[in-house]
Formats: sequence, C-alpha cells, structure tokens
Amino acid sequence: MSEISQKPRFEPGAFTPYAFIMPAIVVMMGGLLYPVVMAFYLSFYDWEIGRKLADAPFVSFDHFVRMVADPQVWEVLWVTIRFGFWTITIEMTLGVALALLLEKPIRGASIFRTIFILPLMVSPVVVGLIWRYLFDARIGWINYYLGVWFGIEPQVWLGDPQLAFFAIVFTDIWQWTPFIFIIVIAGLQALPSEVVEASTIDGANWYQQIFLVKLPMIKSILVIALLMRLIDVFRGLEVMLIMTGGGPGRSTELLSLHIYNRAFDTQQLGYASAISVLLIAIVFGISTVILTMANPMKSKSDV
Amino acid sequence: MTGVVLKNVSKSYGTVNIIPDLNLQIEEGEFVVFVGPSGCGKSTTLRMIAGLEKVTGGQIFIAGRDVTWERPKARDIAMVFQSYALYPHMNVADNMSFALRLAGTDKSEIASRVKLAADMLELTPYLDRKPRDLSGGQRQRVAMGRSIVRDAYCFLFDEPLSNLDAKLRASMRTELALLHKKLDRTMIYVTHDQIEAMTMADRIVIMKDGVVQQVGSPKDVYNTPVNTFVATFIGSPSMTLVPAELHEEAGQLKVKGQGFELPLPDRLKQQAQASGAKVVTLGLRPEHFSAEARTQDFAPVELTVKVAEYIGSSQYLAAELGGASLTAAVEVGPEADLLSDGRYYFDTSRLYLFDPETGAAL
Ligand SMILES: Nc1ncnc2c1ncn2[C@@H]1O[C@H](COP(=O)(O)OP(=O)(O)OP(=O)(O)O)[C@@H](O)[C@H]1O
Ligand SMILES: [Mg+2]
Repeated sequence: MSEISQKPRFEPGAFTPYAFIMPAIVVMMGGLLYPVVMAFYLSFYDWEIGRKLADAPFVSFDHFVRMVADPQVWEVLWVTIRFGFWTITIEMTLGVALALLLEKPIRGASIFRTIFILPLMVSPVVVGLIWRYLFDARIGWINYYLGVWFGIEPQVWLGDPQLAFFAIVFTDIWQWTPFIFIIVIAGLQALPSEVVEASTIDGANWYQQIFLVKLPMIKSILVIALLMRLIDVFRGLEVMLIMTGGGPGRSTELLSLHIYNRAFDTQQLGYASAISVLLIAIVFGISTVILTMANPMKSKSDV
Repeated sequence: MTGVVLKNVSKSYGTVNIIPDLNLQIEEGEFVVFVGPSGCGKSTTLRMIAGLEKVTGGQIFIAGRDVTWERPKARDIAMVFQSYALYPHMNVADNMSFALRLAGTDKSEIASRVKLAADMLELTPYLDRKPRDLSGGQRQRVAMGRSIVRDAYCFLFDEPLSNLDAKLRASMRTELALLHKKLDRTMIYVTHDQIEAMTMADRIVIMKDGVVQQVGSPKDVYNTPVNTFVATFIGSPSMTLVPAELHEEAGQLKVKGQGFELPLPDRLKQQAQASGAKVVTLGLRPEHFSAEARTQDFAPVELTVKVAEYIGSSQYLAAELGGASLTAAVEVGPEADLLSDGRYYFDTSRLYLFDPETGAAL
C-alpha cells in the first residue's frame, strides 16, 4: 500500500473565503459592471427616455461611425486633453514642492498642512458654486480685488472662452493640489531617515537629495497620484457643469460633461453611450500604459 | 594633531543632557570601538562626529581640522548604518558609486574603484542587482562597499552587524578587521556587544550615561577595569561582585566574605594597605575558577552548585560560595558529566577589589 497522502477532493472549508467576498462581488457587479455592460449595449441602439428599451431600434455601429466624424467630440476631447495637461502638470509640481517644503518639522508646518488640505474636504458641487461667485463679473471678489489692488478692469471671466478655461483650470488646481500634497508628504515622512542621512554623508546637496534620492524612492506613490488625477480628469464634471455649463461655446466642455449634455439635454442616450465607451477605452488605455511603464504594485520599497 | 579629537563635547536635547562633557583623542589609523549599554549616547556621539547631529558645546577635529560646524560632506568621513540605508532604487554598483558620481569623479576612476571594492567584498556577481534582491549579509557588504569606495579619512560604523545572525556576524567581524588592516584608515565603531568590541578594537571606549568610563586596549579593560561598571560590562559571563572585608591574619592580608576566605595577591597588597579600606567589593571572574589547582595562587573554594550548564569546553555553574551567589566557568574534559557540589579552585592572582562606595578599583 502506498504511503503517499492524497489531497482531498473536497475541503469543507474551501468555500468560506468566497462566502465572505460574495457581498463585495455582488455590489461590484450591480454598481459597476452592470452600467458598463449596459453602456456597451446601449451604444448599439437609438434610445430615448420615455420609450421602452425593447422598442429602441438597433443601429449597429452607426453611433461609432458618427462619433469618429463628429467635430464636437474631437473638440471636447481636445479641451479635455488641454485641461488635463495644465491641471495635472501644475498640481503635481505644486503639490510635490509644497510637500518638500513642509516636510521638515519647522514651526507652524502642521498648521499649514491642515490649511492646505481644507479644499479637499469641500464637495465638488460646492466648489463649483463658490468659484462661480468668486469669478462673477459683477459681484465677484476676484474682479473687485483685481481692481482695488492692481487697477485691472473687470473681466467677464466665465463669459470669455480663454478666461473661462483659465478659471476652471485654476479652480481644479485649487481643489486638487492638496490631494497630491497630502499623499506625497505621507510618502516623504515614511522614507527611512537613515537612507536620507546616508545621502547627506555621500555628499548630496539639497537639490540632489530631492531628485536623486527622495523622489525616486516615492516613485510608486507619484505614479498612483498621477493615475488618480488622470482618471478624475475624464470623470469629473460637477465643477464645470455649475461654473460654466461647458460654455462659452464648448470652451470648458470636458468629455464627461459632453456625454452628460448629450444624454440628458439632447436625449441621445444611445449616442452618449457610444461616447462613454470611447471614454472607457481612453481611460483604460492610459492606465495600462502607465501601469506597464511603472508598476507601483510591483516595486516593493523595502531597503 | 591628527586623527579624530573630541574636545569638551556636550549634547542636550532640550533640557535633557545626554552627553555632559566628552574628551577623546583617536589616533590616525586606529580602530576604536564605543561600547556601552543601550541609550548611553554611543550613536549620538558617532552622529556628532559625522555631522548628522549638532553639538551643544565643545569642538570636534578631524585630521587636525576643526569641523565642529562643517557639513558631513566636508568632513571626509564615510558611514555605515545599522539598517544599511542602501538606496532601494539603485543597483549595487550605483549604490557604491553614488558619492563618487556626486563628487564628479571621472568614469574610469569610478569603475576601477567599484571593481576593487566589489572584489574585496565578493560582490562582483551582484553589481546589477537591486538591494531588495540581496540577502541581509550581502546588503551589509554593499553598505561596507559604499563606504570603502569613498576612501575617506575616517570610517564610522553604527552597529553594522547587529542585524546579522551569529555566524555571519563572526565572519564579518574578521572581514572588518582585515579591511582595517588593508585600508589602514581611522575607524570608529559603535556596538553594545562587548565581544565585538574585544575582538576588533585597538582601543575600547566604554560609556555609561554619556560619560566615558574607561579608554584602553582590550587587554587593559579586561585586566585592569577602573570600576565595577567596566568590570561587569567586559567579560562574558559577567564578573560576580561580592561584599567582603579585608583583614590581617598572621601577617597575611586576606579578603573575607560571608562564609569564605581568600588570600590577597601580591599585586593588590600595596593598594589595599594604602587605601586603608576595610570593607571592599570583591570581583571574581567566572573563568578564573577551575577544577584543579594549576599554580600556587589557586585557592580552594567550596561551591554549592545550583545549576550547571554544558557549554562545550567548559560548564557554567550558578553556584554559592558561602553566602554569596556567583557564576563560575569551569573547563572540563570530554568525559565530564554535569558538575556538582564540591571543592573547586580560584586563581587569587586575578581577583579584583573595588571601593564599595564609589565602585572604583583599589
Ligand atoms: N531626538 C532626541 N530627543 C531626545 N532624546 C533623544 C533624541 N535622540 C536620542 N535621545 C536620547 O539620547 C540618549 C542616547 O541615545 P543614543 O541613540 O546615542 O543611544 P545609544 O547608546 O546609541 O543606544 P543603543 O545601543 O540603544 O543604540 C537616549 O537616552 C535617547 O533617549
Ligand atoms: Mg545606537
């Protein structure tokens, strides 16, 4: 008789872990996967609110064909890219710089830290409202103080395409720089102090210490921050919706706002779904490229 | 005035005075080990020499230069940290060459120095690896390598071996001693392990609560400890301290404890008489007990053995001599069973006397 022990076919406890993650899976399926699948499904139909989905005519790839040739889609895509470029570049630079500045336990640093993260706690809808009034041409503080301090003529901030674009970029930077700041400072403070000291002994000056030691060591944190901001750029619409509604013209209409307008203003639900599929593809593509180039999950930072 | 000199150095954190007043002269090329219990200020002293910590008062000279307020970079020092502190995002070669690259040394020079250090530390096969793909011992050697390529005037080590297992630690100890021979540089080494201190040091600096207790060669600090702290800190197992009295009997000076009596060696007679002390603290090192009398100085003692531990070449006895508890390390042959109560001998030429009030050696 052989003494080799047999792996049992069925272990009674084997399903326990699955039972525990079941609720999470159900919620994910219902809340995330279902809408995505429905978006794909709808993009092949011409459906309006009020009509039965079953009666909606099947249009095959018509929406996608139309989308590729639609100058409006290209226009808002370009607005989104410009918006993403300016906001993310400035937010990353400013957030990292502030974190490096306030990392040392200098007097008052903790007060500054608290003040800096306040914008993060304001809901986007409220942010939109606050800044809409601040930028208001007649009653806004911005025009008032520009006039009082610098003698600048009142500007129609939200009525001029270029100024409106500047206004939403500015607002986004105001709200999201703290986000970069807070995760970078957490990363910096978790750096082993002996490694930083070793670089001091090796003769690194302030500038070299930052660019050759500290930032490379928190690279995975920077990548995650970048990724989250990128996804947000394609996702967020509340602030623009409230401040400018996408206007004037389409100068502040981001892709997600455009989808919203198509779906609920012009009732083109099928076409809006097709554009959503484009958005999903773009976000998926960008995330994949970033994660392949620098996988934050892979690089354990043990020393 | 070359080497490393600390002059009236003091250090306080706020109102807490960690190091009151430290004076020390370390010769060029010397291997000096700071040893002492946890929290006694060894790392703080080393970090002040490195320039990572500012002094509260006093002066520090390296190679004759007053570097008290110089930045670490300008002190011509290299340092190995307890946690190794390797740059996780650089491979081994880049870790080792970082300082040279910052200093703008030319490429061929860097390559040859890294190669030399890697050969010396047997790291050549790992030059392309990241630190996280190395074992603890290999990381440790990279940390050494990083300081070696610098060719600094003075090398500082803060417990570099404490994260290694016992065997690796012993072999690294030997390698470090060899390294010191080859490089012939001033080295200052911090540890709380007295074996490390004894095996590697030219001179040992024994500290307690920020105060230097004794500076001397391993031989000095073992054979002529200046006080009970040094006497019990150096040596393993520790010296036993027993309260005793001096008295004279038929012209013979003897030291008398509770229930036992030992003759005083010639070495101590004069001091004992000069000090006029009656009450003393007697110090007995475990390794000076023996199963047989080897010389005339060996005096018989009756030990009651509570526990005997088998070590190999010897046995450690937790025993009682009269009313005093002590440890004895008795050499045994291969056939010996666990030792038990009976007559043992103590080498009285090597007993120690201390002032019971101050702890200072007589
Ligand atoms: N930043 C600080 N603020 C206040 N006290 C400190 C600070 N750093 C160290 N100390 C104190 O200074 C004393 C000496 O510390 P140090 O690190 O030099 O000890 P050590 O001899 O290296 O001990 P160990 O063997 O445990 O490493 C300790 O009592 C410690 O609590
Ligand atoms: Mg220490």
